[in-house]
Amino acid sequence: MRPGEERSLLHDLPRLALLGLGACFILLPYVWMFAASLKPGSEIFRDSLTLWPERFYAIENYGKALSEVPMLRFLFNGALVCALILVFQMLFAVPAAYALAKLRWRGREFLFGLIMLGLLIPYHVPALPLYVVFARAGLLDSFAALVLPFTISVFGIFLFRQAFKSLPDELIHAARMDGMSELSIVWRVIMPNAWPAATAFATFSIVAHWNDLFWPLIVVQSHAMATPALGVLFFRAEEAGNDVGALMAAAVMVTAPMIILFLLAQRRFIQGIATAGLKG
Amino acid sequence: MRDTAALAGPAPATRASRAIGEAAAAWVLCAPAGLALFALLLCPTAALLVLSFSDWELGAPELAWIGLGNYVELTTDPVFRIALRNTLIYVGVVMPASIGLGLGVALLVEGGSRLRATFRAIYFLPVVSLLVAMATAWQYLLHPTIGPVNRVLALLGISPINWLGSSDWVMVSLCMIGVWENLGFVVVLFMAGLTAIPRELYAAAELDGARSAMDRFRLVTWPLLGPTTLFVVTITAIRCLRVFDTVQALTRGGPNNASQVLLYAMYQEGFSYFRIGYSAAITVVFLAIVLLLMLVQTRILDRRVHYS
Repeated sequence: MRPGEERSLLHDLPRLALLGLGACFILLPYVWMFAASLKPGSEIFRDSLTLWPERFYAIENYGKALSEVPMLRFLFNGALVCALILVFQMLFAVPAAYALAKLRWRGREFLFGLIMLGLLIPYHVPALPLYVVFARAGLLDSFAALVLPFTISVFGIFLFRQAFKSLPDELIHAARMDGMSELSIVWRVIMPNAWPAATAFATFSIVAHWNDLFWPLIVVQSHAMATPALGVLFFRAEEAGNDVGALMAAAVMVTAPMIILFLLAQRRFIQGIATAGLKG
Repeated sequence: MRDTAALAGPAPATRASRAIGEAAAAWVLCAPAGLALFALLLCPTAALLVLSFSDWELGAPELAWIGLGNYVELTTDPVFRIALRNTLIYVGVVMPASIGLGLGVALLVEGGSRLRATFRAIYFLPVVSLLVAMATAWQYLLHPTIGPVNRVLALLGISPINWLGSSDWVMVSLCMIGVWENLGFVVVLFMAGLTAIPRELYAAAELDGARSAMDRFRLVTWPLLGPTTLFVVTITAIRCLRVFDTVQALTRGGPNNASQVLLYAMYQEGFSYFRIGYSAAITVVFLAIVLLLMLVQTRILDRRVHYS
């Protein structure tokens, strides 16, 4: 099994068969979720294993998922929260990463030590005290509560620092000669040269926060503030899990955006999340 | 002030002012991140440690310092003991299974060029999918009466299994979904590790008599994957320790606490019963396990894995 070795199709068949078997296991819930979202309840409850619906019921199922709960609102909330988190993370992390990578100052090692310490702490750990503070401040069930705790990404600082370190110092010297301020060097000289790191970080951040359940579950109570992950749970609570077709339609709708983004930018996604393995 | 660095010339007198300028710029650039780091991560974590020594409940006017009281209670709390045991079982099953299967898949995917990108994309799909939504899809698949899994079993003459509703099967089901969820992540990390192995080494091994694929794996692939493997083990173990979404979406710790896990117990105590002090103690245990894993990883890294 030498990597990348070209073989005849016949010799390749066992490999393809094994991988195909595993792929079936992976795709199983997707296929059934999508199939059920097209079927009427009577067909789902009937004792059959057919995937394709006899009576096409997609409009009813998806219509119900959209009307029973404000599903579009959930999707919009998810997009807004992800965007706000990403913007703040970049605003905070990028300048700090530049200072840590390229400037000489006392306190640099100390701050970097704190960043490394922060890398060890899962975000579930500060959740409890943060919840208490948000509750006291009357900020529960708001965008502020959804976004604020994630505005600092120690992983982002770490990742950008690594990326900036490899950029040549001459770039910065030249910009200083031109009279640019340090802040404009960060955004106009350094960032444009570190796009791979930025896109990798962006995909990691967006996937993590679109899919997050723990924190929204803690701070959100109302439908108006629910993110996609909570939306599924709210919908299931409304429906008491009886209308499987509509529930699967809701699940398809909240899962689809990330899957579509992933299929459009596979390489970036895989790179982003594989590097993010660091933070875990 | 940030511009002073730019104005500094080569003369010794200005070199000092330039250094001061650079330091000042650094502090300004780091201030937002530094403040947020303290306010949102480090201070709350310190507060959590402190709170774990108190009996505070949200809404209670006063709190008392009870020392290790919460931790003592943990040792006798049956729910916590189940949660800890289940979490360790989950890590102990899902981590090795994902890594074993993931390494196999990565070797197979890298073993030829046909459909490589397609398979990689398929296996990676669960990593980007909304887990709560996919959990509801699994709930349908595993439904005792209408679920396709039990219907297939019925065709094979096997009586239906209550996958998520019986205490005998619930952890099995959660572990299976855990492997499904983590497999692609492991595959991608191993694929990255495999592509980093220089091709010439395989040719050299072949010249030295390593004729079979197994020999080449034993002599080249496995030793060179050492650092990757250690990294994957730690990351996957920590991912497994954080199991929460599937429990919340599918079982809520039930039936009868049979699927309690650390984070769900922490969530219930803190955010359902508002026993902040007690919940903080559970979180500290969780953090301690995470730190222990990281420490073990660093120790092993320091000692060996100096191949590259």
